[in-house]
Amino acid sequence: MSIDLSQFHQVFFEESFEGLDAMETALMELDPSDIDSETINTIFRAAHSIKGGSATFGFSIVAEFTHVLETLLDEVRAGNRGISQDDVDLFLQSVDCLRELLTALQAEEEPDSQQSETLKTAFEAILNGETPAPADTPDTAAESEMVLAEPASTDDDTTVWNIRFIPYRDVLRTGNEPLRMFRELSDLGEVKVQALVDGVPAFPQMEPEACYLGWQISCTGNASRADIEEVFEWVADESEIVISEGAASDSQGQSSAAAGNDWCIQFKPNADILRTGNEPLRIFRELADAGQIRAEVDVSNVPAWSQLDSEACYLSWSLQLSEAATREQIDEAFEWVADESDILIQAGESEVEQQTVDASAVETEAPVNQPPEEPVVAEVPEPTEIQSQPVEVKPPADPKPVQAPTPAKPAAKKASTESSSIRVGIDKIDSLINMVGELVITQSMLGQLGTDFEMSHMPKLLEGLSQLEQNTRELQESVMRIRMLPISFAFNRFPRMVRDLSRRLNKNIDLVLVGEQTELDKTVMEKIGDPLVHLVRNSVDHGIESPQERLAAGKSETGEIVLNAYHQGGNVVIEITDDGKGLNREKLLSKAIENGLVAESDAAAMSDDQVHDLIFQPGFSTAKEVSDVSGRGVGMDVVRRNIQELNGSVEITSKEGQGSRITIRLPLTLAILDGQLVRVGTHTYIFPLVSVVESMQNHQDMMSNVAGSCDVFKLRDEYVPVIRLFEIFGIEPDNQMVDDSLLVVVECDGEKVGIVVDELEAQQQVVIKSLEQNYRRVEGISGATILGDGTVALILDIPGLVKLAGINHQMRSRVMNLAGSHQSVQHMA
Amino acid sequence: MTLNPEIQSTEGLASEAGTSAVDDGNQYLTFFMAGEEYGVDILCVQEIRGWESATPIPNAPPNIKGVINLRGTIVPIIDLRQCFGLDAIEYSPVTVVIVLKVQSENGSRVMGIVVDAVSDVYNLSVEDMRAAPDLGDSIDTAFIKGLVNVNDRMVILLELDKLLNLDDMPDLSSVSSAIKTIN
Repeated sequence: MSIDLSQFHQVFFEESFEGLDAMETALMELDPSDIDSETINTIFRAAHSIKGGSATFGFSIVAEFTHVLETLLDEVRAGNRGISQDDVDLFLQSVDCLRELLTALQAEEEPDSQQSETLKTAFEAILNGETPAPADTPDTAAESEMVLAEPASTDDDTTVWNIRFIPYRDVLRTGNEPLRMFRELSDLGEVKVQALVDGVPAFPQMEPEACYLGWQISCTGNASRADIEEVFEWVADESEIVISEGAASDSQGQSSAAAGNDWCIQFKPNADILRTGNEPLRIFRELADAGQIRAEVDVSNVPAWSQLDSEACYLSWSLQLSEAATREQIDEAFEWVADESDILIQAGESEVEQQTVDASAVETEAPVNQPPEEPVVAEVPEPTEIQSQPVEVKPPADPKPVQAPTPAKPAAKKASTESSSIRVGIDKIDSLINMVGELVITQSMLGQLGTDFEMSHMPKLLEGLSQLEQNTRELQESVMRIRMLPISFAFNRFPRMVRDLSRRLNKNIDLVLVGEQTELDKTVMEKIGDPLVHLVRNSVDHGIESPQERLAAGKSETGEIVLNAYHQGGNVVIEITDDGKGLNREKLLSKAIENGLVAESDAAAMSDDQVHDLIFQPGFSTAKEVSDVSGRGVGMDVVRRNIQELNGSVEITSKEGQGSRITIRLPLTLAILDGQLVRVGTHTYIFPLVSVVESMQNHQDMMSNVAGSCDVFKLRDEYVPVIRLFEIFGIEPDNQMVDDSLLVVVECDGEKVGIVVDELEAQQQVVIKSLEQNYRRVEGISGATILGDGTVALILDIPGLVKLAGINHQMRSRVMNLAGSHQSVQHMA
Repeated sequence: MTLNPEIQSTEGLASEAGTSAVDDGNQYLTFFMAGEEYGVDILCVQEIRGWESATPIPNAPPNIKGVINLRGTIVPIIDLRQCFGLDAIEYSPVTVVIVLKVQSENGSRVMGIVVDAVSDVYNLSVEDMRAAPDLGDSIDTAFIKGLVNVNDRMVILLELDKLLNLDDMPDLSSVSSAIKTIN
């Protein structure tokens, strides 16, 4: 029976991305000096699920990569290994890499394996760097753990089996006992055992429960390979076992003397070989394809720890390759490093031929299938790892040598197959089911009333209807709650971002997250992500000063950015506060004057808030130099526009030298809006209640006409411009005269505007319907809704209206100045 | 397969007009406007309904009559007469709105067109179709799929996706007079 697994792909991707997020968060929390086992467990679990899932779905590239990751994590978890800051960085890189792989897979593209391979190698290097395998292991494994070598000529029944058995450190913990295996082996024949003690650490570092030993065993008898394999069956997964059949009784493999016509290769790469993107390991793998190989590492050149250059290669190798390999194959394997290393290739013992392979001289009739890879250098974190790299020779499973370099992929495309889904807590579903239950009860009650209705049942009917109303409202609230997610979904990316940015900019920044549990509509959350990133980036780049500047200003060296989210009324408020240098009024003004946003004469009269608000104008960036972090002059206006599209608002308060605070107000949901219905002529429009400040009857003596065109009225001590809705929309009102009309005072970008309407109607919640879906965007209208009588009413877009009416900042400030003088003239008269 | 009598008669009409079997032809819904018969691909037609008052959209072109609530969806209504530069007529409850599904760059859109009356459904094949004649430099004829002769009457088949492209509505005010001259 075959099941179409692809139907589960989406779930797998979602879970994996969630897992990666969890990993990332946990990694950020991880303190290398004090490892919290719970954190490690979290990371491990996430990696484990991804591995399991990807293997199930056949995404082997992910599975293999995660496997290495998991192995390393497992050792950390078991306490066998510490973790350094570099390791954490590597883990974070691998999270990014996994994310890319998964994104590519989700988009059904061929994932780019280069990065994962590079990282994998780095991880393997870390792993091997501290596995107890001796450095000079003449590892003959041309294959993975269990090797089936070509049986040598079997003259008689007695064969000599050479077994190399290097258990992993925690083999004892799993209840396996090497001694027992030796006993079993001795039943099969005569056994000689030699212990390899190279991996035993100094006494203080020794762990009593770990196994540091490896064994070289030769077993002479008439046992078959299967018999020997059976002995090691239980530890095969936890150790390196190489079984080979040898004729010689002495099979220690200590001497580099090759038997018969084996090739002897001395390979001594230059120190900077890793820098050129070459990797000895890869070469060995290639050789292992050609024939059986033994490698011995010469570590004599490794300098003292303090002199180690982490990117240099200090090792040299002597290799012994079975005669199956041809000279061409060997030359080819070393082709890329021939210029950068001393290579001595000898065939057999007698024929000594010294040749420094010249790359150009090598015949390459076979297609070159192993071009230089991406440099591994940066990813090789510890010098000691190089030392034992050759031990890890597991080539056939590895597709790398036969893989042509894939050209750099264009930036990951947005997954086309993505369909979004949402995870909902079971409590929310339960409450929903309760609501529906009650609704059904009410419905049946009303139904019963309706079958034989008498006027005497009227009170009961009314009661039922009010119950229905309540049920509907509760149901609506529950359904809305389903779409709500804690804002931590949007906040979670910031710790990593701030960490990376502050490192790049050499600043010390603490990020404090407050109110992460505040819930917000999923759609709003998705759309607020990018603006938030921009704002936080701005705070890091422009807000927080460098440590030196901070010290000079008498502040602590470490800056602080606080992200705070909370509910206020029907809104969610998000605040981004930094204790950086704040906005400079003069700089802003001079820039604004330069850009023609503000007339020089008005500059002095502008309030601080007005000046700060200028940064939301298009093309306004005060960064002296463009950095790749922020400051290309696109940004704050886009931020504001995005937020306004969500029916939200953004404002900034700042104090020079003390920091800035950006406050974003967002509606809880995009689907439903509290509206104030108004009538103009025969048309009904809806004001978002959020933006309505007050409504009032206008009086003639409060109105002034400025410059013959723009009306302002006096609202207490403010002059507020007036917009005639009927004029902008070209409709017939009841009352053409503004003087005694009804004014709705609304707030737009922190400024008040009065809008003339004929009548105020009900306040009610309206369901927002898109006008753009079937029509197009209309200036001054943000959407439509359906009223109780089934007709369509349009929802006003206040910033759009203001723009339509042609009131911009510059004009407004002029108008207000003029109005002020006008009014005072009147007073004097 | 049972066809209702209307369609059957249509089939009859179509075969008279020289169309082949039902299968390889497309069905077109035709309607009248100022004496001319126009046809639209029947697969685009979502429903036909009577006129009901629409909510006007501020600052919209005069041929956009407004938006209506079509079972929870906001649907704009376009007066095709006004698109084609014909005289506007009084709307009455018998004025017909054809609700169409139109493909646009942003996916499909639902919109309604106001016409004088719905006429018939014809089965027409591509061979019957003649290309739109040149209507002069001022009119791009892309919105006309072709002209078909049915019972010695000319039917103008419309390319809806081109015609009802709201973002760049072609100026068709002189279309009707041009069509008159072809006739």
